[in-house]
Amino acid sequence: MSSNFMRTGISRRNFLALAGAAPAVASGGIFDAVRALAAEDPILEGRPLVKYPEKTDLILLTSRPPQLETPMKYFAQAITPNDAFYVRYHMFPPPTRVDLSAWKLKVGGNVDHPLEFTMDELRSKFTPARLVAVNQCSGNSRGYVEPRVNGGQWGNGAMGNAEWTGVRLQDLLDRAGAKPGSVDISFRGFDTPAAPTLHHFAKSLPMTEVADSPDIMVAYEMNGAPLPMLNGYPARLVVPGWYGTYWVKNLEEITVWDHEFESFWMQKTYRIPANHCECVPAGTALTRTVPINRMKVRSFIITPADGTRVKVGRPVALKGIAFDAGYGIADVEVSDNQGSTWQRAVLGRDLGPYSFREWSAPWTPPHRGSFTLSVRAVNRMGESQPFEANWNPAGYLRNVIEKIQVTAV
Amino acid sequence: MKRMVLLILLIAGAALLVGAGALPQVRSIELPPDNPMSQLKPGPGVEVVRADCVACHSTDYIVRQPRGDAKRWGAEVKKMISVYGAPVDEADAKVVVNYLATAYGPAEAKETKEKSSAKPGAKTP
Repeated sequence: MSSNFMRTGISRRNFLALAGAAPAVASGGIFDAVRALAAEDPILEGRPLVKYPEKTDLILLTSRPPQLETPMKYFAQAITPNDAFYVRYHMFPPPTRVDLSAWKLKVGGNVDHPLEFTMDELRSKFTPARLVAVNQCSGNSRGYVEPRVNGGQWGNGAMGNAEWTGVRLQDLLDRAGAKPGSVDISFRGFDTPAAPTLHHFAKSLPMTEVADSPDIMVAYEMNGAPLPMLNGYPARLVVPGWYGTYWVKNLEEITVWDHEFESFWMQKTYRIPANHCECVPAGTALTRTVPINRMKVRSFIITPADGTRVKVGRPVALKGIAFDAGYGIADVEVSDNQGSTWQRAVLGRDLGPYSFREWSAPWTPPHRGSFTLSVRAVNRMGESQPFEANWNPAGYLRNVIEKIQVTAV
Repeated sequence: MKRMVLLILLIAGAALLVGAGALPQVRSIELPPDNPMSQLKPGPGVEVVRADCVACHSTDYIVRQPRGDAKRWGAEVKKMISVYGAPVDEADAKVVVNYLATAYGPAEAKETKEKSSAKPGAKTP
């Protein structure tokens, strides 16, 4: 099988092959007849497609902690199915068994009335909030960062878009009576570290942010069904517009603080450069930093898939998705000439400002040969995507203009 | 006929009860074993790596990292210990860095990924 055949004939995500070089293993389970991605994409190449509980075939990043990436084909629709939604844990083992009769959500700290809620109470005592929002890992696409950086070597599939149903965080805090002068609110999951010296996963948001954002919620449903275990069952925080690190899974404790909350996961990691571009010169270290926060504008071409062969003179429907931090997508444009000229795409149905926005643009290959198709989005704040990727040592915030190659014959 | 109708009603009633019931109280899943396709390469110190690193995360986290020299791997190992809190002592850390810089060093990258761009006369390890 020539690499040329792979490049022009078959899309990378559909091309599967037996992992010939894999060593024999005694207990296989999902790995018994494992198929590895034989992509030309070095970040996906050799990674197995695996079926985890409550999940469909996803691209394995790491077994411990479980990290599973969504194949790009699932982004052909704005809503990502629950079983295709990516998985990212920091700790092993993650929660694998939940007894709802024992689970409670605690709201305490600097409040008038510390409270606990059962799942039944969360569902019955509050008016449900509902919205569609993108969850994207801070390090989505890290594998493509150049010069390369250490960390989980994700392709572009550490993201997903779902309709979330739950209780507004503001409602919970009103009920508990957050005291004036509160500074931070922290969120703790019940996933536990592999060793006692490791740090329990917890994140925080500034009180000012929570006061301004009626959309932040504790979600108990995802696309109308309970959350999959590996997406944070029975409840997770949903912080629309913010990177996934804040969307604490398997949530059990919300604490209001009258001073800055101190956590390894806020102060030591998930930090970005505190400057306008949120970047540093490639290969250099961070100096002044702030916690990562809102998502940058991104857009992707989903169909045709990268590497597809198309016919000269025959129109092709370019389709994809775009999203930002919740200001809303204003425009999407495509280019077949490395950005010399751009053509405006038609936006699809508006599912809300935090959602993937589908777009489409007809394109007719004008002549034979290889084409680079690019896509860029601009949001209602006028923010767009750079031609050259910005760099930071942790490989967060990637939002360079995405490109695919197609060959017209 | 009457009996059949009664039976159908009973079945329908039972289905309704199940459907309208509360959510199941206990839910559990079982996770698969580690990815067998990401074995550590043999080499001096591999046992120490298995004991000290693979206790907290699987080998695929290691083998898919960018290749690096002792300086780069040293920074990663230091990060695991001093930032993440991995319980690895100094002597073991040295062995781990040495293993990684040898098994997953920059020379290895040249050998497999950059064969075409290797300089003529360059030594292969």
